[in-house]
Amino acid sequence: MSAAWRILHKDLVLELRTREALSGLVVLMLLVLLTFTFAMDPEGAGNAAPAVQWVTFVFAGLMAIQRGFLLERENGAWYGLLLCPVDRGAIFVAKMASNVIVLGLAQLVLMVLLTVLLGASVLAAPAAMIFVNFLGLVGFAALATLFAAISVRLRAREMMLPLLVLPLLVPLVICAVEASRVVMSGGSLASAGAWLRVLATFDVIFSVAGWMMFEQLVQE
Amino acid sequence: MTGGGRVAALGADAVGKAFGRAVVLRDVTLRIDAGEAVAVFGPNGAGKSTMLRLFAGLTAPTSGRLRAFGVAGPDPAVRRRVGLVAHQSFLYPDLTARENLRFYARMFGLDDADERVRTWLDRVALAEAAARPVRLFSRGMEQRLALARALIHDPELVILDEPWTGLDAASADWLVGLLRDLRGRGRTLVVATHDFQRGLDVATRALIVHRGRIAWDGPASTADDLDGIYRQVTGAVAA
Repeated sequence: MSAAWRILHKDLVLELRTREALSGLVVLMLLVLLTFTFAMDPEGAGNAAPAVQWVTFVFAGLMAIQRGFLLERENGAWYGLLLCPVDRGAIFVAKMASNVIVLGLAQLVLMVLLTVLLGASVLAAPAAMIFVNFLGLVGFAALATLFAAISVRLRAREMMLPLLVLPLLVPLVICAVEASRVVMSGGSLASAGAWLRVLATFDVIFSVAGWMMFEQLVQE
Repeated sequence: MTGGGRVAALGADAVGKAFGRAVVLRDVTLRIDAGEAVAVFGPNGAGKSTMLRLFAGLTAPTSGRLRAFGVAGPDPAVRRRVGLVAHQSFLYPDLTARENLRFYARMFGLDDADERVRTWLDRVALAEAAARPVRLFSRGMEQRLALARALIHDPELVILDEPWTGLDAASADWLVGLLRDLRGRGRTLVVATHDFQRGLDVATRALIVHRGRIAWDGPASTADDLDGIYRQVTGAVAA
């Protein structure tokens, strides 16, 4: 795990230095939310907030995750990582953790924007909201990190990542939207239990699969 | 894997590599003993870089069997013994020279990482630029740092693809000296280059790769004839 920590530390230093992923994420999320705000009937905007939240998050998040791998391709640093004498699963763990941290910060900003622009009740049950967001975030980061590593060496990578990932994300997005809807309307976590169990299962499956399959997937 | 009492650093048995329908290497069979210094020559597109990437474990053969230090397939223990200088530097542009070397030194689990970073920054004459981001480096500076990156863990097998690219005359001569020093310390060298003179300066054996095959394999001491052999084998004039 020390290798994973070193890669994570390097990624966070690069992000703190350039702030490219987080700033890009926030600007994109703001633009998408503004579009929704002007397009929707103000009366029903609050009801649509969970769907708007996760659609905005998924599209902005895909861009940020892809950028993280493109940074590794600059100067071929990705190959430098692959040459290191470490379990390549550790590279996946580090990349996923780095994405969880950056996207987690972006989610906090998204919650503020949803409250201000759509009047969403994200503070109805803050702890429950954070829990739902975390479950959705981990599953998204696991799946998108795995496919970003595969698609980054393809020629049409910008097109391929969404095409590969979005169909697989459908169960996660449906469950995250429904769980968020329950929590925003003041319901307890227990009343969103079925959605949360699917989300947790999704998280475990793709986190473990990514870690175990990464070696084979990155070998050219 | 031994032969004549020597340990094979690399052994390829009928190795082929294709990318889709494009066959880049075919039927490559060779053995490189530990301590050998091999210069690989060949025209552009002959398959030299792909061969070196295979040797370094960055890509897997499509056919045949390839072993590094007797081990086939990806293995962290083998990667610890290999250093690769490729066309790209493998450096992070937004990290400083020191941060790049420190990152790789720690990824290789070196206990004396900071000491080695200092030593290598001095050796490649970049101590004064150690705190500058690599993005601001010239091509030659980046190439010298890439050499330090590849050698910081003192690998037993050093693979270099066009290592003189971007270096000025003084740095190029320094690199010849460095590679001779490595050879003197028993390291195995595989150097692909278009520079006949410098390649032969460091090598004990020469290979000519042409159209994905090893077209000629012999001692570097035949240097006087090598230009003619190269022309005969490839139909091209050596650089």
